[in-house]
Amino acid sequence: METIKIQGTEDTPKVILDKEKEAMEISGRSLPEDVASFYDPILTWLDEYAQSPNKKTIFNFKLTYFNTASSKLLLDILMKLEEIHEAGHDVLIKWHYPEDDEDMEEAGEEYADIVDVPFEQVPYSL
Amino acid sequence: MDNKKDVKGFLEFVYEFYKSMKAHEITLVYEGEITHQITKAFTSLTESNMAKDDEPGTVQRKVFHVMVECLQNISKHADDFTSSDFMFSGRGIFLVSKGDNEYSVTTGNAVDNDRIEELTNMLESINRMNKDELKDLYKKQMKEGRLSEKGGAGLGFIDIKRKTGRDLEYHFLPISDDTSFFLLTSTIGRDE
Repeated sequence: METIKIQGTEDTPKVILDKEKEAMEISGRSLPEDVASFYDPILTWLDEYAQSPNKKTIFNFKLTYFNTASSKLLLDILMKLEEIHEAGHDVLIKWHYPEDDEDMEEAGEEYADIVDVPFEQVPYSL
Repeated sequence: MDNKKDVKGFLEFVYEFYKSMKAHEITLVYEGEITHQITKAFTSLTESNMAKDDEPGTVQRKVFHVMVECLQNISKHADDFTSSDFMFSGRGIFLVSKGDNEYSVTTGNAVDNDRIEELTNMLESINRMNKDELKDLYKKQMKEGRLSEKGGAGLGFIDIKRKTGRDLEYHFLPISDDTSFFLLTSTIGRDE
């Protein structure tokens, strides 16, 4: 399956979706001019991945900032991962946040409340 | 001769304008079209200024959040109104001020009068909510809301209130029979 690798910029996150290497990550900043078109390929990739996912799926979120429009799309991603989990596959979300960033920590807690999928909060120091 | 007088008058105005900016502790003011490029430029400018001033990380992040949401609000809504008044179409004013205890982010843009009620109701109901209610509303809107054609998620005002912990202050001033100027100011405490 195709690999997605997007370099991060000042307003779009770095994205790695690599099934073979079992690497899935969205990190950095997210305030794209057009959120829908930025996240569309990622959601499409996940739809395809969901057809035959790896034995274990670990998805890393390591964002330092995202705007409200992105928050909606991040939920869409999490809901796709929830579907994979519901289909009986092993899924783990790792939500990395800067240890002094309460808002980012809380955002992770909120997502964990909304979606029914194993969720791990991982603080890190900058 | 007349021209010289005009120039002098203009330069005096600039000085008055500068003094009045200082008096109101305004660090950034912009009038015009708010594009994504402008949003990026202003946020990074303010960010580097805050870093230079050793502003705590929490304050920097909150100011950044509020600026982005405010600027994106204008860029998404400033041309919503149907009035043919060219002067205001797609444009707005954006202002950041920095006082001893707080930052303020203020925006202004033209809106159709028939949107005033809807905006007022939305802002008032957000202002009435406590932390938990805002959190629930945000989650609900994220789950059930749809992205608008312009890419808005209807979450900006809720997010600003949540990040600042303060009421959204706003005001409508009449422009014409069917258009008003909508002003919104958000305050971020520097010692919270």
